[in-house]
Amino acid sequence: MTVFHYPQDDINTDLLFPGKYTYTCSTGPEIMEHLLEDLDPEFAGRVRPGDIIIAGENFGCGSSREQPSLGLMHAGVRAVIARSFARIFYRSAINQGLLLVASPEAVDHYSEGDEVSVDPSAGEVRVGDRAFSFPPLPDEMLEILEDGGLLDHIRKEYSGGEGE
Amino acid sequence: MGETFAMKVLGRAVGRSVSEGEIVFVEPDYVLTHDNSAAIIDKFESTVPGGRVKYPDRIAVVLDHVIPAASSKNAAGHRKIREFVRRQGIENFFDIGAGVCHQVMPEMGLVLPGSIVVGSDSHTCTYGAFNAFATGIDRTEAAGLWITGKTWLRVPETINIELTGSFSAGISAKDLILTIIGDVGAGGANYMAVEFNGPAVGGLRMADRMTIANMGIEMGAKIAAFPSNIRTSQYFRELDIEITGAVWSDHDADYARTLEYDLERIVPVISRPHQVDNVVPAGDLEGMAIDQVFLGTCTNGRMEDLKSAADILRGETVHPDVRLIVGPASRREFLKAEAQGIIADLVRAGAVMLPPGCGPCLGAHQGALAPGEKCLSTANRNFKGRMGEKEAEIYLASPETAAVSALLGKVTDPREVLK
Repeated sequence: MTVFHYPQDDINTDLLFPGKYTYTCSTGPEIMEHLLEDLDPEFAGRVRPGDIIIAGENFGCGSSREQPSLGLMHAGVRAVIARSFARIFYRSAINQGLLLVASPEAVDHYSEGDEVSVDPSAGEVRVGDRAFSFPPLPDEMLEILEDGGLLDHIRKEYSGGEGE
Repeated sequence: MGETFAMKVLGRAVGRSVSEGEIVFVEPDYVLTHDNSAAIIDKFESTVPGGRVKYPDRIAVVLDHVIPAASSKNAAGHRKIREFVRRQGIENFFDIGAGVCHQVMPEMGLVLPGSIVVGSDSHTCTYGAFNAFATGIDRTEAAGLWITGKTWLRVPETINIELTGSFSAGISAKDLILTIIGDVGAGGANYMAVEFNGPAVGGLRMADRMTIANMGIEMGAKIAAFPSNIRTSQYFRELDIEITGAVWSDHDADYARTLEYDLERIVPVISRPHQVDNVVPAGDLEGMAIDQVFLGTCTNGRMEDLKSAADILRGETVHPDVRLIVGPASRREFLKAEAQGIIADLVRAGAVMLPPGCGPCLGAHQGALAPGEKCLSTANRNFKGRMGEKEAEIYLASPETAAVSALLGKVTDPREVLK
């Protein structure tokens, strides 16, 4: 498991996925080629399922484009742990089924080489030898996340309900 | 304690009073999507194959981001969208040339005071200028809304911004909102509503309110709302629409913070690369050479903005080392400006006109920058790579500062020319 540490604040959606590709890349594999291109050109080649990203305040600010959250989900990123998240990105991550952890304490405690793990049901993130709790998602959003994202959630509701 | 604008609009939508922090499910009055509808259609089709959208009359689609199509792939996306809206009976479809979605939506009477509008574009918050509760969502959520007609919203806390006074010559709404963003910070209003109140609101034109509300997202705000007043009524009277749903916050509303700005004290400012909250007085960058000036977008592409620039450039020629690119916010704004001779003034001064649309703002086409170039832009973002090149620099400013700087080939405080 690799931890990608980007300590700066306000990492925006253009850094996570440049706007110039927004209308030509919309599937997971297309997005992967340019994911975090202007922030860390090596990221796309190095990221593996289960990896974790640690960042500062207001992660994901800017555009409503969903390639950042969809791309990180496609890459198999286990969680993004940040001091805080921008709200459209936060919603988008829930819609894609991507786990976000807002924990300034965990971010501040992290130093290179620490093992990091997240237990969403317990609301706990472990960094090195310390554990930090984070507030659980409200039930409405937790349901969406646990169903694997909004569209899977809707599919489930529709097939379980009156049917299409 | 009284209620904020956000509490009142969301409370009315669910038929009871609501508390801040609460999650409510609402059926928005409109769901806006644009060129990204092509990808949203794929999501829709894969979730409910052959299905129908739940409320075709609550969906609006505007083609504005990459128009005319820059590539065959864009063109195929546009065609897919045209076929989908026809098949689904979506009548509020506006093809290329109508303008930027955030200008077209209000022009077409789709954004009403007190209504709830969500859009798969972060600058959907622009409609707060019209007293709407309007916010951005992602593509997946738009697909979900096409299917179910509803989504969840957290009732936000509110920052109140009290405005007094009036602008001095050469200073405009863009200088005010950039100043506020510089103070509040890129994430300072995250998850929160922003209300603009105070005696100065009445003096702000609808174009000014749109410039201000448009940039609410650049401080993280969920919505950025103005009260409805005489100018709002006048706007809708011209559209032959009677306003029935306007919402005003209570005088004793409970705000998380109140900030005060005297418009008299606002000076020309510029947002430096690569963050919008990196704001300095224009005078601090005085004399910095620039390669391109971009006047337009949903932030500053209205007739009033083009006129401010034309008043400076009329009878003059832009500096030979500067490319001036102008993109009107909509066909209607283009025609309004044309009727007053503003377009001719700009073109004679050397401006290159773009079709009404997003143009170079998102870096996908039209007016991209070369490595090392500097662009002074009236748009709303200066993120690294935003205009197609990560080694270029984007500076954000008002139409007045942009025009004066285009004329002289270097950053200039407009007050020096407008004395």
